Amino acid sequence: MYEQTETADHHGPAKGLMRWVLTTNHKDIGTLYLIFSLIMFFIGGTMAFVIRAELFQPGLQLVMPEFFNQMTTMHGLIMIFGAVMPAFVGLANWQIPLMIGAPDMALPRLNNWSFWILPFAFSMLLYTLFMEGGAPNFGWTAYAPLSTTYAPPSVTFFIFAVHMMGISSIMGAINVIVTIFNMRAPGMGLMQMPMFVWTWLITAFLLIAVMPVLAAVVTMMLMDIHFGTSFFNAAGGGDPVLYQHVFWFFAHPEVYIMVLPAFGVVSQIIPAFSRKPLFGYTSMVYATAAIAIMSFVVWAHHMFTVGMPLAGELFFMYSTMLIAIPTGVKIFNWVGTMFKGSMTFETPMLFSVAFIVLFTIGGLSGIMLAIAPADFQYQDTYFVVAHFHYVLVPGSVFGIFAAVYYWLPKWCGRMYNEPMGQLHFWLSIIGVNLTFFPMHFVGLAGMPRRIPDYALQFADFNMVTSIGAFLFGATQLLFVYNVIKTIRSGEKAQQKPWEGAEGLEWTVPSPAPYHTFTRPPAGS
Amino acid sequence: MRYFLRFVLIILIICPRSALATWAFNMPVGVTNTSQDIYGLHMTIFYICVAIAIVVFGVMFWSIFHHRKSKGAQAAQFHGSVLVEIIWTIIPIVILVVMAIPATKTLIDMYDTAESDIDIQITGYQWKWHYKYIGEDIDFFSSLSTPQDEIHNKTTKNPNYLLEVDNALVLPINKKIRFLFTSNDVIHAWWVPDLAVKKDAIPGFINESWTRINKTGTYRGQCAELCGMHHGFMPVVVQAVTEAEYESWLQQQKTAKLAELASVQKEWGMDELMTTGAIVYQTNCAACHQAKGQGMPPIFPALSGSAIALGDVAEHINIVVNGRQGTAMAAYGKQLSAVEIAAVITYERNSWDNKTGDIVTPADIQSVIDN
Repeated sequence: MYEQTETADHHGPAKGLMRWVLTTNHKDIGTLYLIFSLIMFFIGGTMAFVIRAELFQPGLQLVMPEFFNQMTTMHGLIMIFGAVMPAFVGLANWQIPLMIGAPDMALPRLNNWSFWILPFAFSMLLYTLFMEGGAPNFGWTAYAPLSTTYAPPSVTFFIFAVHMMGISSIMGAINVIVTIFNMRAPGMGLMQMPMFVWTWLITAFLLIAVMPVLAAVVTMMLMDIHFGTSFFNAAGGGDPVLYQHVFWFFAHPEVYIMVLPAFGVVSQIIPAFSRKPLFGYTSMVYATAAIAIMSFVVWAHHMFTVGMPLAGELFFMYSTMLIAIPTGVKIFNWVGTMFKGSMTFETPMLFSVAFIVLFTIGGLSGIMLAIAPADFQYQDTYFVVAHFHYVLVPGSVFGIFAAVYYWLPKWCGRMYNEPMGQLHFWLSIIGVNLTFFPMHFVGLAGMPRRIPDYALQFADFNMVTSIGAFLFGATQLLFVYNVIKTIRSGEKAQQKPWEGAEGLEWTVPSPAPYHTFTRPPAGS
Repeated sequence: MRYFLRFVLIILIICPRSALATWAFNMPVGVTNTSQDIYGLHMTIFYICVAIAIVVFGVMFWSIFHHRKSKGAQAAQFHGSVLVEIIWTIIPIVILVVMAIPATKTLIDMYDTAESDIDIQITGYQWKWHYKYIGEDIDFFSSLSTPQDEIHNKTTKNPNYLLEVDNALVLPINKKIRFLFTSNDVIHAWWVPDLAVKKDAIPGFINESWTRINKTGTYRGQCAELCGMHHGFMPVVVQAVTEAEYESWLQQQKTAKLAELASVQKEWGMDELMTTGAIVYQTNCAACHQAKGQGMPPIFPALSGSAIALGDVAEHINIVVNGRQGTAMAAYGKQLSAVEIAAVITYERNSWDNKTGDIVTPADIQSVIDN
């Protein structure tokens, strides 16, 4: 059992601003990542607000199409690279050492650097909004030649920012892998690791595999724009579709990078509040690995209308359908964990249950999208927008909320306000469904995505969607208020505030001291 | 939960049925065999997904209601079962195979573009479509005809708001029509939901697709791939007519083309040019340079009072005909007829604050294009 005897001999955190700039402490860096991602979540959310306000009614009211396209592009980039990914890295920084009984991440200085790249990368990306010609306006997917020959000058800054984000992610991933492989507590074998650690290990390998691919594809864009190459220019012997193949080879695994850690979070929380061990741990590990490996051979399902040969269409249709199997196994295992448990429904559990339900809805519309002939009608419509927001908002984002509510007592030593947490949950779940469910309908009825104005038959559902979006956005202020209030004046939390929680993180005091596990915990 | 259900029920009763009927919420069945196959496939998969959801969520919510601590539930301590894991791996595989068989059949049919009766080449432009009837010597542009005033909320929107064009693609029913897609600039995607045809139009490459329309009517769609600023403003309209009507339409187009060639040589008056010019300006120029020529600086310069519209005529013609490299200004020499270019330049030089009195004739334009 861990004993808290040596803190007195160790120095605490440095004072003042330089603590945060120079820190190599995994807890400080985790906090920095989480705060950064929260800021980005609100910036990206503001852009979503602009989009939904313009789409509230048919006609152009607030913004011109040019600026609207900048908003959709930047909203996507900021939410993916600025909000969701850094939030999960923040959770990894805080939790992986605590969960495997390590004193810190294996490469603390690298850790500091991988965080401090991000504010610069995103400042540069946001700065493009004020440049002549405007911010990138070609969608976050940046399809050539719209993003090369026809792009605004700010595209070069976009490319540089993407390179910096990529470097940050790769270093973060290396750190996670090295930490997990080398610093586990004595006696903790790979198959004894908590699921959150497992999902992050697999995510880290995905990051290392695909971030260089993204770097390659944006470098090819850079060469086409400035150095006279023609990778994506048919007139020079290139091929615009090559861009899409390379991009989606990165971006499909990226989808799993954003959701696997949420799987891990939910796999921690469901057993804790069901007071019952995770059902099928081994099959959970294998299913996660299977999803990750298969994510490399499905990329062209994003391109069914691009004019691939029949054999290609069939291959990518079948391989995509196969991914449903390991994903199904995970969902069944969570339900199996809840079955015959002794459940209570505090905020983390509520968000986790909502995650399972709504992620499954997103998964089922994913199966519909995998059916290539039907995809000819779905492709590039709001049906797709509904699908990926169902897996990313009540998927990834709810996973992050669940994790924050679950571990916040450990991080700051205080309990959040439970009724306020539950209010945040209920308003969020109403807002999310009001926003994204009607998108299925307008998409099926024929509304293309990324348009600033639409035909009259889409008007009613778009208004519902916009109202839902405003509700969802406003609700998140409640979350911020609750977190700040908890840190300032929440009730003192116990060492293990959740009755059914398991794991090494609950063996250290709340709040977790600045240095934990300076001696490895005894074998579990 | 009970309150929520009651709420939904009340809403359903209050909402008049007629109001709900206008809320389009599903994929159109369409007017081709392919679109009907796809609709059937879509609904089948949808019902399978609903069934899966009912089973999974049913077990889950049953468990949530019965296995709560507040109801005194004791947690069982089982943590796995190989048999159960195998069962819930096998069942999805079977379901997926059941889904894959009809999907494969439909897809193979959609890829059979051989033996077409009519071939149409469709070229995407920022932001309009160009249709060329291969072997018929007929080709034309098709651009949005919704007035800017409707888009900017200055007048009431008509029922086909944003889904209407100046020249629709006219096609006969009951003929196998092959489409060849390409693009002049960026990637576009040509999509008409009722035909279930959606294909990317890619610069430098040609994609194929086909359709056979079963019913006469007007079918509307939109560009589906983000193609820049006016992506939301390049609709597709297909007019499906009987074969006899199609033949007479072809004849009419050919006669009109001859008349247009002759009109280049004719003497054009100021009034005629201004009237035609206003229409051309509205369709091709107003989206960027705005209805009153005020533009949207700095990206789209104003024409009213501009140095070019008031200056040298030859330079003005040169910019309209050849475009301006590195800007959004396209080369209209390839897109508009000599008459249209002459009319629109005359219009631009004699509208708003511009009062040059210059008349640019189609013959002037023709000589620039010929050189």
